Amino acid sequence: MSNVLELVNVRKSFGSELVLKDLSLSVPEHTATVLIGASGSGKSTLLRCINLLESIDDGQIFLDGEEISDPLINVDDVRRRLGLVFQSFNLFPHKTVLENITLSPIKVHGKSKDEANSHAMHLLKRFDLADKADQYPDRLSGGQQQRVAIIRSLAVSPRLLLLDEVTSALDPVLVNEVLSAVRDLKSDGMTMVLATHEMGFATQVADEVCFLESGNIVERGTADQVLHNPQNPKTKEFLKRVHQAGRL
Amino acid sequence: MSEKQSSAWSPSSREIQRRKSRRAISRKQAGIAAASSIFVLGTLLVILVTSPGWETVKATFFDIEYGKEVFPTVIKGLWINLQLTFIGGAAIGVIALGLALLRTTKSPALTPFRFLATAYVDIFRGAPLILIILLVGFGVPALGLRGVSSNVIFLGTVAVVLTYSAYVAEVIRSGILSIHPSQRAAARSLGLTSGQTMRFVVLPQAIRRVVPPLLNDFVSLLKDTGLVSILGVTDAVRAAQINASRTFNYTPYVVAAILFLLITIPMTRYTDRAIRQRTSAQNSEGSI
Repeated sequence: MSNVLELVNVRKSFGSELVLKDLSLSVPEHTATVLIGASGSGKSTLLRCINLLESIDDGQIFLDGEEISDPLINVDDVRRRLGLVFQSFNLFPHKTVLENITLSPIKVHGKSKDEANSHAMHLLKRFDLADKADQYPDRLSGGQQQRVAIIRSLAVSPRLLLLDEVTSALDPVLVNEVLSAVRDLKSDGMTMVLATHEMGFATQVADEVCFLESGNIVERGTADQVLHNPQNPKTKEFLKRVHQAGRL
Repeated sequence: MSEKQSSAWSPSSREIQRRKSRRAISRKQAGIAAASSIFVLGTLLVILVTSPGWETVKATFFDIEYGKEVFPTVIKGLWINLQLTFIGGAAIGVIALGLALLRTTKSPALTPFRFLATAYVDIFRGAPLILIILLVGFGVPALGLRGVSSNVIFLGTVAVVLTYSAYVAEVIRSGILSIHPSQRAAARSLGLTSGQTMRFVVLPQAIRRVVPPLLNDFVSLLKDTGLVSILGVTDAVRAAQINASRTFNYTPYVVAAILFLLITIPMTRYTDRAIRQRTSAQNSEGSI
C-alpha cells in the first residue's frame, strides 16, 4: 500500500516555542488518521504545515512520494492536490454557496463553468444542500456552512483531505450532520487526516489514532488500542479528563 | 422556518393598550421636536433680520434680481466642476486601486514600486491640496516640457487627481487590511495564487466595505474642484468671483454655494443611508 502522505521528523517552532518535535507520520491511501490531543498540542499546526500554510523548520513532508517541504516547490500546485477544512468554515461571504464551491474548479483547475456547476450541484444534492445553492453563507446554519466548506474542498477531487476540528464551532445537534458527511467520505475511500475532539467519532472512522502531546505523537494505534486501552500515562491522563467532561 | 402567523390571531387587550401608549408617546415626542425647532430657528431668524447690518447684507448677498442675472454663468462654471469631478474621479479610482495593491503586495519584484507608492501616498496625503494645485498649475508649464499641456483645466485636474488618489488609496488599503487572514488562508488552501486570492476573494469584500467612505471622498472631491479656480479656470467659484468683483455685489457667491449644496446634500444623505444600512446589516443586535 502506498503512502499518500509521509512526514519524517518534522520540526516547527513559533519563536522560542517548539510546536512540533521531530514528528513522523505515514498516511496510506484510503485511510483516515485521527489526531487527538489537548488544545495547543500541535494538531492544527501539523495540518497547516502539511498544507504549506506554515513552513517547517526541519524534517521532510512527502505527498505521493514527492517532497513538498522543498522551498523550490510550487506551493499552489501542491495545494491543488490537498483539501483543507477549517474549524471556522471560512466560506467567502460575498459569494453564493455554488460560487464558493466552483471558484477553485473554475479558476484553478480550468474547468468550464457548466462542468463545475454540475459537479457542485451533484455534491450539494448528495449532502442534502441542493436547495441552498444560490444562498449566501450567512443565511445558513453552522452545520450547513461547514458541510458547504467540506464540499468546497471536495470539489477539486483532492488526494488528501485535512479536517481541522471541523465540529468545534458547532452545537451538539449540528455536529452530527457534519460528522455523518465525513463518514460518507470515509466510506468513499477518501484519504483523510482529521484533528478532532469527538472521541466517539474517532472510534468510528479512524484507521489510526495518534495522540499528540506537546508536539509529539506519544501514542499511536487503532482507535480501540489508543482510546480504550491506552498504554502511555499521558494518553491515560488525557482520556480521563475527556471522560470526566462527558465527551467519550 | 418560522411559523406563519395564524390568520385568526387578533391582538390581546393588553397589546391594544400598549399600542395606544406607544402612539401617545410618539405624538408627544413629535410635538416637543416641532416646538423646539420653531423656537431655535425662529430665534436665529430674528437675530439675523434685526441685526444692524441686515439691510446691507440683504442687498449685497441676497439680491434676487442680480442672482437671476448671474445664474447662467455660474451654472456654466459648475458644469466644469462636474466634469472635473467625474473625469478626475475615474482616474482617481484607477490610480488609487493600483497604489493600494502595490502597498499591500508582498511580491519581491515589486519592492521598489511598493516603496515609491508609500512615498507617493505620504507626500500627497500630507501636503495641502491648494499647494499641489499651485505647484502643478504654475510649476509644470514653467518646466517647458514639450508635449505636456499647459491647459489650466488639465493641470488643475492632474493636481486634484494626484492628491485624491493618495487619500482614496489609503481608504482602499484599509479595506484590504480589514479582511480577516482566514479568508486568505481558505483561498490559498484551495490552490488560488496570491493574485487570484486578491482578485476574487479579498478585493471584492474590501471594496464593498469601503463604499461609504469612498462616497464621502467623492463629495469632498466635488467641493474641492472649486479650488482649481485659483489657476484661472472659470468654474462655478471663479465665475461667481468675476461677477462679484465687477459689481461689488456678493450674491453670485451665494448662488454658487446653493448650487454646490443642491448636489452635495443629496449625495451626503445617500452616503449616510449607505453607512447606516451597512452597520445595521453587520449588527444583528439591531439599532440602539
